[in-house]
Amino acid sequence: MELRTFVGGVHPAPSKERTAGSPIQAAPLPRRVVIPLAQGGAPCDPLVNKGDAVLVGQKIGESKAFVSAPVHASISGKVVGIETCLLPTGREAPAVIIEGDGTDTWIDSTGRKLEELSPESLKALIREAGLVGMGGAMFPTHVKVSPPPGKSFDSVIINGAECEPFLTCDQRLMVEEPEKIILGLKAWLKVTGAKRGYIGIENNKPEAISALKRAAADEKDIEVVPLRTKYPQGSEKQLIKAILGREVPSGGLPVDAGALVQNVGTTYALATALETGRPLVERVVTVTGTPVKNPQNLRVRIGTLVSDLLSYCGVEGEVGKIISGGPMMGIALPTADVPVIKGTSGILLLTIEEATTLPERACIRCGRCVDACPIGLIPTFLDQFCRKEMWDLAEDYHVQDCIECGSCAYVCPSKRHLVPALRLGKAEVLARRRRK
Amino acid sequence: MEEKKAVPSFDKLIVASSPHIRAAETVDRLMWQVIIALIPAAAVSVYFFGIRSLVLMLVGVASAVLTEALVQKALKKEITIADGSAALTGLLLAFNVPANAPWWMVAVGAAFAIAVVKQTFGGLGANFVNPALAARAFMLAAWPQHMTGRFPVPLDSITAATPLAILKGTATGTLPSYLDLFIGNVGGVLGETSALALLVGGAYLIWQKVIDWRTPAGFIGTVALLTWIFGGKGGLFTGDPLYHVLAGGLILGAFFMATDYVTSPITPKGRLIFGIGCGFITVLIRLWGGYPEGVSYSILLMNLVVPFLDRWTLPRVYGVTRARA
Repeated sequence: MELRTFVGGVHPAPSKERTAGSPIQAAPLPRRVVIPLAQGGAPCDPLVNKGDAVLVGQKIGESKAFVSAPVHASISGKVVGIETCLLPTGREAPAVIIEGDGTDTWIDSTGRKLEELSPESLKALIREAGLVGMGGAMFPTHVKVSPPPGKSFDSVIINGAECEPFLTCDQRLMVEEPEKIILGLKAWLKVTGAKRGYIGIENNKPEAISALKRAAADEKDIEVVPLRTKYPQGSEKQLIKAILGREVPSGGLPVDAGALVQNVGTTYALATALETGRPLVERVVTVTGTPVKNPQNLRVRIGTLVSDLLSYCGVEGEVGKIISGGPMMGIALPTADVPVIKGTSGILLLTIEEATTLPERACIRCGRCVDACPIGLIPTFLDQFCRKEMWDLAEDYHVQDCIECGSCAYVCPSKRHLVPALRLGKAEVLARRRRK
Repeated sequence: MEEKKAVPSFDKLIVASSPHIRAAETVDRLMWQVIIALIPAAAVSVYFFGIRSLVLMLVGVASAVLTEALVQKALKKEITIADGSAALTGLLLAFNVPANAPWWMVAVGAAFAIAVVKQTFGGLGANFVNPALAARAFMLAAWPQHMTGRFPVPLDSITAATPLAILKGTATGTLPSYLDLFIGNVGGVLGETSALALLVGGAYLIWQKVIDWRTPAGFIGTVALLTWIFGGKGGLFTGDPLYHVLAGGLILGAFFMATDYVTSPITPKGRLIFGIGCGFITVLIRLWGGYPEGVSYSILLMNLVVPFLDRWTLPRVYGVTRARA
């Protein structure tokens, strides 16, 4: 059978072998957590004060804004401060700092049955659980499942592609918890009223494919779709094209193609919230890379410092880069003293040698970026337009449709820094449009 | 968390934009790959035309590399001769002269290719016509006595007219056999005669994904089709396409000159149209023009319309249904 996929893309080495087979282990309970108040949408106002005692799962921040998800304490203990801290996104934001009491005492909570929930109460549950897109974007989930007036979803896709090299957190969740992924998918179908559910998985994860096929055997509305292994197969637009054969219109949202795409981790968190009533306070993080002594998939409390995770896994030699996320789209951190947040899928370490790039050279027009671009852009032209601040031309050549996947820069033999140039152009073109 | 173990060293962290991994391909490797692919043709040339052939190639490479270094030094730019692009231009230029050409002509030609055609427009990536071919046109205009007419014959000290000139009827002589044309046992410029050696190199480049098959396929296919239709003396469809493909510089041009990244389209569709256009102009010149051969001029002319081809063949953007401006 011809595997479904999209046009363009690249084939970086998967580099998943060090963690793909290691079952998810709980990281040791952190003694201290730093929980940013802005993790998805508008920043929350703190609901606790310095000195307050908190339980695991207790809501500690909330905003009146619709586009915002609440945050919860991830360990039990005492609030020791509300301070500005550096996030793995590179931004600074206020955070609640909790010293643990080591007892891991949870709030009282009860699970609910999906059958007895109306779509509206399910949506309220999603918001209360603090769910956001856990693939990295951290967009509040209750907003994502609410289509704008006049639009609706007919399909829900679970994004099990995990096309980023090195990362295996979604893969392990699919292999170990397939029933919960199916439960979560049924909840997405219920809250959106969509008819068909799909789970798209790259065919280099046969264990995950068969686990989910078994779990979905009796579900006639759910289909497990093996996809060709190609980056960026897990990009929302490429996944919708591969599975539904539809395109999200330029400047539009997935709902314009009738599709809701959800991350595996978010889906698992929804199933957990349903079954236990507990909000999102932990996630699976792949800690890996050459300098990591014991690379593994860890169940980590939100707010755990990256430095604590690295001490636990062990680091050898000098580290050249600490990346939050995968190597293609992740963010290089200036320090290990940042907390794991809801969108942290992995912590990837590179050696100095691996992190050192060759100098940038002139473009030779080889066209590799054109072949690689999954959107159909001419990245090298846009690179020139953006560097020369020729914004009209950049817009004419659709810079605003760039998804920043990095495929162009990955294949570039001249090692051009295409992504930052195009990112700048996107921001400029969108700002100009808003001014008009 | 547990007791902290030895704190790892995080004082040399690099903070840079994604992507954090890059493919191994470099400009240098691509250029040297093309040079490697030219080795079979160079070897056949030395075998058929003698050590003089090797001397001219070395002069071409040395002059091109030296010129590049001097110009870059004079302009206080980074010296990039290690990228292989100047060496490649020098070698291709030598491939375009006959074995009895004077060495100084090759030296001047290579210097012209680099200093005038490449560096005045900004160096690698910025020149709009193929440097080796523009320099060939320059040599043809400056020293026609060395660039046209009777060329040395393999394994012999005599000269003869080229097969294409005989075919066209502008010169007299015996047409060589298909086999001699295929292996390169014919008169011609250094690098063009052996279809076999050039095809080996071209296949290597396509296999290594250095060049796109569309350009040579469009180019050679168009020449074969049009010479079959219009090339015969007995009316339409009586031409000899195989002879037109094997004789002259078509295979050298189609695989190694028309595929020059800098001076050919950046889109796949554009490269196919570019190849077809080159084939069309080549046949126009060969059948009805003033020269027996038209490969060089066809590529130079098509070089000029590359910006138009790029814009005309832009890929469809995801999520955009209306036609692009």
